[in-house]
Amino acid sequence: MSENAETTPAAGSFLEGTWLRILAPTLLALLFLGGWEMMVRVREIPPYILPGPIAIWKTLLRDWGSLSVSLLITLKITFMALSVAAILGLVLAILFAQSRIIELSLFPFAVILQVTPIVAIAPLIIIWVDDIAISLLICAWIVAFFPILSNTTVGLNSADHNLKDLFKLYRASRWQVLTRLLLPSALPYFLAGLRISGGLALIGAIVAEFVAGTGGSASGLAYRILEAGYQLQIPRMFAALVLVSTTGIAIFLALSLLTHLLLRHWHESAMGRGDRR
Amino acid sequence: MSPRRPLLSLTGVSKRYATGTLALEGIDLTIMPGDFIALLGPSGCGKSTLLRLIAGLTSPSAGTMEWPMAMHDAAGEVERDIGFVFQEPTLMPWANVIRNVALPLELAGMKRREAEERAAEWIARVDLKGFEKAYPRALSGGMRMRVSIARALVTRPRILLMDEPFAALDEITRFRLNNDLVQLWAQERFTVIFVTHSVFESVYLAERIVVMAPRPGRIAEEVAITAPAERGEEFRTSPEYAAQCRTVSLALSSAMGGAHE
Repeated sequence: MSENAETTPAAGSFLEGTWLRILAPTLLALLFLGGWEMMVRVREIPPYILPGPIAIWKTLLRDWGSLSVSLLITLKITFMALSVAAILGLVLAILFAQSRIIELSLFPFAVILQVTPIVAIAPLIIIWVDDIAISLLICAWIVAFFPILSNTTVGLNSADHNLKDLFKLYRASRWQVLTRLLLPSALPYFLAGLRISGGLALIGAIVAEFVAGTGGSASGLAYRILEAGYQLQIPRMFAALVLVSTTGIAIFLALSLLTHLLLRHWHESAMGRGDRR
Repeated sequence: MSPRRPLLSLTGVSKRYATGTLALEGIDLTIMPGDFIALLGPSGCGKSTLLRLIAGLTSPSAGTMEWPMAMHDAAGEVERDIGFVFQEPTLMPWANVIRNVALPLELAGMKRREAEERAAEWIARVDLKGFEKAYPRALSGGMRMRVSIARALVTRPRILLMDEPFAALDEITRFRLNNDLVQLWAQERFTVIFVTHSVFESVYLAERIVVMAPRPGRIAEEVAITAPAERGEEFRTSPEYAAQCRTVSLALSSAMGGAHE
C-alpha cells in the first residue's frame, strides 16, 4: 500500500466523553431535585403552591391511567404533524430546487406562515375546521413545517459545484442529479431541520390544545394541565408537565440517534470528537 | 492507413465571461490521439477555462472547436468521451470508494453489479485494492486523488482532462502519482490534457507543453519534450530533464513579459 489510511481514534477518550455527557447533567439534576424536595419540606410549602418532586412522582404513578391516555393523544398529533411537515417540507424544497419561479413565488408565503404567532391563528383554525383533532394537527404542522423546508432548501442548494460539473459531464439526467447528488447533499440539513421541528411540533400541539381547551376523555396533555390548574390539583399539573418535557426530550434523542445512524460514515456533524479529522 | 486525424482542433477560440473579462483569446490548438499535453502558465492565464471548454462545461464566445473523430448523440451534440480530474478529489462523501468509482458507469445506465465489477478493477489499478468499502473521509489526500483518477478512467475515456490535480498534495505523494499517471498513460494511450503551474511537473509528464500567457489568456509558445520511453526517477535527475526545464522556464518567463510574479 502506498499511502496509509488514518488509524482509528482512541476509544478511551470517546467513552470518557460519553460518561461525562451523561454523568454531569444527571448529577446536576439530582442535586436540583434534592434541593427542591428539601426546600418544600423544611419551609413546609403546601402542595397546592409547590409540590415536591416525590409528591409529583407519586401523583404521576397514581394518575398514570388517565395521563397515559392523554400522552398518547398528544404523541399522535405530534408525530402526525411532524410526518406531514417532513414530507411536505421535503417535497416543496425539491420543487424549489427544480424551479426558481416556484421558489420565488412560494417562499414568501412559507415565511408568513412561520412568522405568524400560532397562538394568534390557532383560534381561527379551530373555528374553521370542524374536527378538533385535525385543527390541532394543522396548528402543530404550521409550527413544524418551516425549519424543514428552509433547511432542506439550503441543503439542496449546497451541493459541491465540482460534483455538479461532474454530473453534467456524464450527462446525468435531472432525476439522477436529484437522487444521487442533491438529496444526499441535503440529508444533513434535512435532519437538522427535523430535529428542530420535532420539538416544535410538540409545542405546536400543546399550544393549540391550550387555545382549543377541549375537554372530555379524548384530550391531550395540555388539557390535563389546564384542568388540573382549574381544580388546584397542582401535583397533577406538574406530573402532566413532566410528561410533556420527557416527550420532548425523547423526540430530540430519537431524532439525534436517527441522524447519527444515517450520517456517521461521512458527515462531520455525526462523528465523535475522537474520529474527526 | 490514412494520415492521422486530430482528436480535436480549436481555431480562434475566445471566451469572454458575462462579467466582461476576456479569459481566452484566439486559441489555436490541435490535439492528436494519444497526446500528453501540459497547459502551463501562471494563475489567470485561462488554462482551467480552456480545460472546461474542452470538457463542454462552458462554450466558447468565438471560434470553432472541431471533433473530427467523435460521434454525435441524438441531439446532435458531440459525444466527448471525457474523464475529468478536478483540483480537489471531488468525491461524494456519502458513498464509499467503489460507489464513487462506479458512478460514471451507473449514470450511463450500467447495472450496479457490472459497474462495481469494473470499478473494482480500476481501484486495483490505482493501488487501492482493499479500500473498496472505505469512505472518502477515512482516506489520505493522495488516496482520495487516486480514487478520483480511477473514477475518471473507469469509462475508458478517449481523453483525460486534469486540472492541477496534484497541486494540493505533498511533494513525495505528487512524485508517486506522477509516476503512476505516466505508467497508466503508457499502458492505455489515452489522450491527456494536464493543467499545471509547475514547470518541473509539466516537463516530467508531458510530450507537448503549451505555455500560456495571462490577460487575456493566450498561447505564447509550444515546447516539445524529448524523453525516454520509460520516464522515471532516472529521467527526473538527468541533465536532459534539467536542460528542458530551463528551456520551458525561459519560455514561461518570456510569455509573462519577463514580469516577476
